[in-house]
Amino acid sequence: MMGNVTLLEFLSAGQPVVDHRPFPRFRLDGRAWRAMIEQMAAAEWSVMALWGEPDEVHVALRDEETGDIAVASHPCPEHRFHSLARARPSAIRLERAVHDLWGLAPLGAEDRRPWLDHGRWPQRHPLAAHPLPPAEQPHVYDFLAAEGHGLHQIPVGPVHAGIIEPGHFRFHAQGETVVRLEERLGYVHKGVAGLLAGKTIDQAARIVGRISGDATVSYALAFARAVEAATGCEVPPRAHWLRALMAELERIANHIFDMGAICNDAAFAIMLSHMGVLRERILRANDTMFGHRLLMDCVRPGGIVRDLGPEGLHLLPLLLRTLRKDFNRAVTLYNETPSLLDRTTGTGIVTASLAHRFGAGGVVGRASGRAHDCRRSPGYPPYDDLDMAVIEALDGDVNARVEVRIAEVRASLLLISQMLADLPKGPVSVALPQVAGEGMAVAESFRGEVVVWVRIGEGGVVERCHAHDPSWFQWPLLEAAIEGNIVADFPLCNKSFNCSYSGHDQ
Amino acid sequence: MSAILGQIGQIFLVVALAPLITGWVRLVKSRLQGRIGASPLQPYRDIYRLLQKEAVVAHSASWVFRTAPYVTFAAVWLAAAVIPTFTTNLFLAPAADLIALVALLGVARFWTALAGMDVGTAFGGLGASREMMIASLAEPAMLMVSFSLSLISGTTSPAQIIAFILGGGVGIEVSMGLSLAALIMVAIAENGRIPIDNPATHLELTMVHEAMVLEYSGRHLALMEGAGMVRLTLFMALIGGIFAPWGIAVPGANAVGVVVGLAAFLAKCFVLATGLAVFETMIAKMRVFRYAAFLGGALLLGLLATVFLYVSEAV
Repeated sequence: MMGNVTLLEFLSAGQPVVDHRPFPRFRLDGRAWRAMIEQMAAAEWSVMALWGEPDEVHVALRDEETGDIAVASHPCPEHRFHSLARARPSAIRLERAVHDLWGLAPLGAEDRRPWLDHGRWPQRHPLAAHPLPPAEQPHVYDFLAAEGHGLHQIPVGPVHAGIIEPGHFRFHAQGETVVRLEERLGYVHKGVAGLLAGKTIDQAARIVGRISGDATVSYALAFARAVEAATGCEVPPRAHWLRALMAELERIANHIFDMGAICNDAAFAIMLSHMGVLRERILRANDTMFGHRLLMDCVRPGGIVRDLGPEGLHLLPLLLRTLRKDFNRAVTLYNETPSLLDRTTGTGIVTASLAHRFGAGGVVGRASGRAHDCRRSPGYPPYDDLDMAVIEALDGDVNARVEVRIAEVRASLLLISQMLADLPKGPVSVALPQVAGEGMAVAESFRGEVVVWVRIGEGGVVERCHAHDPSWFQWPLLEAAIEGNIVADFPLCNKSFNCSYSGHDQ
Repeated sequence: MSAILGQIGQIFLVVALAPLITGWVRLVKSRLQGRIGASPLQPYRDIYRLLQKEAVVAHSASWVFRTAPYVTFAAVWLAAAVIPTFTTNLFLAPAADLIALVALLGVARFWTALAGMDVGTAFGGLGASREMMIASLAEPAMLMVSFSLSLISGTTSPAQIIAFILGGGVGIEVSMGLSLAALIMVAIAENGRIPIDNPATHLELTMVHEAMVLEYSGRHLALMEGAGMVRLTLFMALIGGIFAPWGIAVPGANAVGVVVGLAAFLAKCFVLATGLAVFETMIAKMRVFRYAAFLGGALLLGLLATVFLYVSEAV
């Protein structure tokens, strides 16, 4: 089956799963699964997420041409499935994680090393039906080699000199030039998938909102919308708008702080101070308007927790005006500091083809010409009613990622103005029906798209839930971006990506 | 005041004042970044704290690692002791010249780099290799500056150069301006300041000086940090003394002259320290491979300063 077949046409050959909303889910047998992998080599389908269950593996795919999303499930009672890695390199680490957690082995995968499991867990394959006893001793990780005259290794982390999350980076360098970088992650694995099983929806919402704390609104939003899809709950319009307002505030706060942090890594500390002040203004306004500085637990399935009062409506325009003015000043400072531009321009280039192959979203993808923003896709209220453009840059370097952030902050400020002008009236939450079902949702966080898939059982209990962080498809690109650059530019590249360790390792 | 008294005063002054100057630079930078910042006395407390602490030494460290802080500090201290700060009337002045100064700083750097490599960590080696790259570029520039200064004044002794300039031997001279620019650039590199190195960074991969001393703790670290502070003071004394020698006490000065000399030195240090802080706030760190362009510029300026001397003589 070759040629221009769309994702939905192709998958509909499988057995459709009822009660999976809003995107369809199909169960594929071994032959259909292999055919799908073959088809992927020719088709423009990107992997959105890949996760397991004790006897089944799921992959969420998006047809880049039609924009359709669907889930393909492959029952594997023998705990083996054919690997997608040859067709989609972005699946490599996901499959390694699936093997670590659920004990489902990817067949034909070249990289069989464990990923999240460092051999220090109390049991192996903890989410499998029958977990195995723990490893006798921690794994010795087999880093990829680089050989040549004058090459040396620089191991960095997992404990760093600054207060950042843990991750190990193994550099092979020739003098100052990086020949190969390999990441090793998984140090902050928290067993989220295991934690979520069997929790009530409210408990699960709190956990999902903490998977990656800086994107808490986006995670909570994706989870809430997945649960609402699963239970067929209709959320009032005002709740959609206020959720979007929170998401944009979160985006602005993170983007401006990232911009400050990038400049700080080039020893231009004053930008971080400026941006720190701006971010603090947003956080304080968040606290006044919604009762939490980072907006944690403000979005919940069924709506939002607290309506925006008159106080907030008075505060927001003032906040917007200050932000616009001060942010413009900071952007001018950035653009008028040649020593800084010299560091960011041409550094850490991610090519467009790589960004497309890995399906990288967020700033990383958009700075390399992958103009994808799921806020623009249909069925993502309230953005259908708002005027927004997808930001894109083509250079793929650190400067492009800064420029995309700058443009996105401005776009978000405009979005908030529009939201304030047209904010619908009415209630902000409804009671959630206590019905079973499966749901999936996508939310655009400041990093890219967060995918949450959930299965609600009878009595409103979360049977299974999987949350996918956008960093999964960005971390591998960082390895590519630094190649051929100098060692000292790594912090700059890394900060311009700002991938989540916690969201990835969950 | 006798030369011996002046010398003793000088020896203790540079060490006593150095943390304050570093603290002042940090304070001004904090204020410029909108932070309150720590008191300028904080470096004294830091050094006191480090001296109280146990010095942890890596198992793989040899005697080089343990000796390096003492050698480094001693070399820098000796260098700072012979550069006139508040008086040119120094007992050691006849023995000191700019070439010896370059050599002493070279000794300090050599030992620090050795210590960085001695432990065998990747960062120490990385820092040492970068430091040596900077040194190989900065030292010729520094020597070039010394040559043009000594050609102008006919001596390589800082005390005599200052005396010569104070005596009105030099008018406004292009060579002096070029030398000043070159010396400032060398000073930035030698002291590991932005844009060459960031003394405040926590990013191991970008460090130069900090990477070499990353393994040090306790009194060893105190000595290494102290050496850095004294080095900064030394360069301020050198720049302030040669290019703005006004107020410095000369041999035969009375008590008032000495007090004026001290006040002038303090004033110069604080002007230079404030200038450094402002400069560091306004500029980002440069790429490692741009060091050659920056320090090559310093070398070129030094060379031009020398060439201009001959050109102006010929005219």
